Amino acid sequence: MPIIEKSGVKAWQVRDRNSQLIRWAMWLLGTMAFVFSWKVISDNTQWAIMGNIGAVTMDIGGRAMPPRWSYMDQLWLPIWDTLNIATLGTLFALIMAVPVAFLAASNTTPSRLFVRPIALLIIVSTRSVNSLIWALLLVSIVGPGVFAGLIAISIRSIGFCAKLLYEAIEEIDETQVEAIRATGASGWQVMVYGIVPQILPAFAGIAVFRWDINIRESTVLGLVGAGGIGLQLQSSLNVLAWPQVSLILLVILLAVVIGEFVSAKVRGAII
Amino acid sequence: MLKLEKLTKVYNTGDKALSGVDLEVGKGQVIALIGPSGAGKSTLIRCVNRLVQPTSGRAILDGVDITALGAGGLRRERRRMGMIFQEYALVERLSVMENVLSGRLGYVGFWRSFLRKFPQSDVDEAYRLLDRVGLLHMADKRADARSGGQRQRVGIARALIQDPTLLLVDEPTASLDPKTSREIMRLIVEMCRERELATIINIHDVNLAKMFVQRVVGLEAGRIVFDGAPDELVPDVLTRIYGEEDWEATIETVDDADEENDEAGK
Repeated sequence: MPIIEKSGVKAWQVRDRNSQLIRWAMWLLGTMAFVFSWKVISDNTQWAIMGNIGAVTMDIGGRAMPPRWSYMDQLWLPIWDTLNIATLGTLFALIMAVPVAFLAASNTTPSRLFVRPIALLIIVSTRSVNSLIWALLLVSIVGPGVFAGLIAISIRSIGFCAKLLYEAIEEIDETQVEAIRATGASGWQVMVYGIVPQILPAFAGIAVFRWDINIRESTVLGLVGAGGIGLQLQSSLNVLAWPQVSLILLVILLAVVIGEFVSAKVRGAII
Repeated sequence: MLKLEKLTKVYNTGDKALSGVDLEVGKGQVIALIGPSGAGKSTLIRCVNRLVQPTSGRAILDGVDITALGAGGLRRERRRMGMIFQEYALVERLSVMENVLSGRLGYVGFWRSFLRKFPQSDVDEAYRLLDRVGLLHMADKRADARSGGQRQRVGIARALIQDPTLLLVDEPTASLDPKTSREIMRLIVEMCRERELATIINIHDVNLAKMFVQRVVGLEAGRIVFDGAPDELVPDVLTRIYGEEDWEATIETVDDADEENDEAGK
């Protein structure tokens, strides 16, 4: 009890004595774990190499400068592929995520007992595997190239988009839906008039947010042979062509910045 | 017209919201349903259009047993039952016009409604109703940018464009100021008279009910404990409906209000 009677005075504190002690013990344990981990890392670090870090970084940095601008000729197509993978991947993901979200939301699912668990399983399983791993799997199934990357990005994004969307569906104002239902509207009409207008801002926000993430993710897909600019990055790294690497990193940075800019603009326009 | 027979609703939680309600509402008759919070007023009108599924009993509208209808039949009958809500329940992100036209959804096919291609007669009627409730100039504005009174007017237009024979009104004035409350009540009652609608109005405000209706039904713990004219609502009756309270003090102010000296805005 947080209220303690002491000689007629009612003292009050946020927590009682036991929960106070438990919290104190938790903090102590946490601090001890942190200090111990610090020591383990420190013992396993090769300090001789660490001492060289500055010099090595400067060396690579020096070799990477200036970027090999002429290499840009060979980058236009891969960066275009990368953007296409991100955009089309997001588009396909959204097409598949919308029905999954409606099946997963507890207020729109046709069956809580059978359909909803399946929809939730789709969400969890697609979300829990990184797109790089999806790409690895797909390269061995459909072969290397843009198509594998596209599918990898799509699959990875279904769960993300469907999860955020079904949470938005569950948060809608039910009285608006009730009002549409009371007019004698059919199930599909209730969806189009009562639910869709309420989740449209969330949907648009999710779409541009995921597109933004997918631009970044699709730049590395080439590392496993799934198309895009990552392929050039890997081959440049393999031959230690540092000036090319620095140019590729610059191009990726620029693409991401443009992506962020566009998605911020779109989100601002909706909300 | 509308006839309720032993209408009973027990919620899954075991709460008995309605127990054996018998009620008859004639054509063109406006009744006020009063009672304390939790008496089952909302449940009662929602059982009529089956937004809430009644546990037992029957609701009969012009000879059709609504409680026995399948999904398609229910949708058809719902078209004849307009509903007005407490918090307006407009679709906030749609325009005023779209909200009004959504009252026609039961008559229009999916693709026409999806593409907003309503028949010209519906659009004409929507304009007529918007003009009648005084919102013609706001047809293209978004619903969530309107004031409470304006939104409720949109709600009224949406219910009436259904061309209903029965109007179910759930606490139409609970979120409105006193002056707007009276305007809205007056509008609802006028419209019901014009179209000879049978109407059930749930209302908290006894004084407001007495101002506008000829028949009052008192609901307490899911049972009808009073059914009569407004002037029969003597303190004893109010005590039976709501519980002990000094009713004389409140009733005094009603007499003032009845004289229509527009002090409502105070």
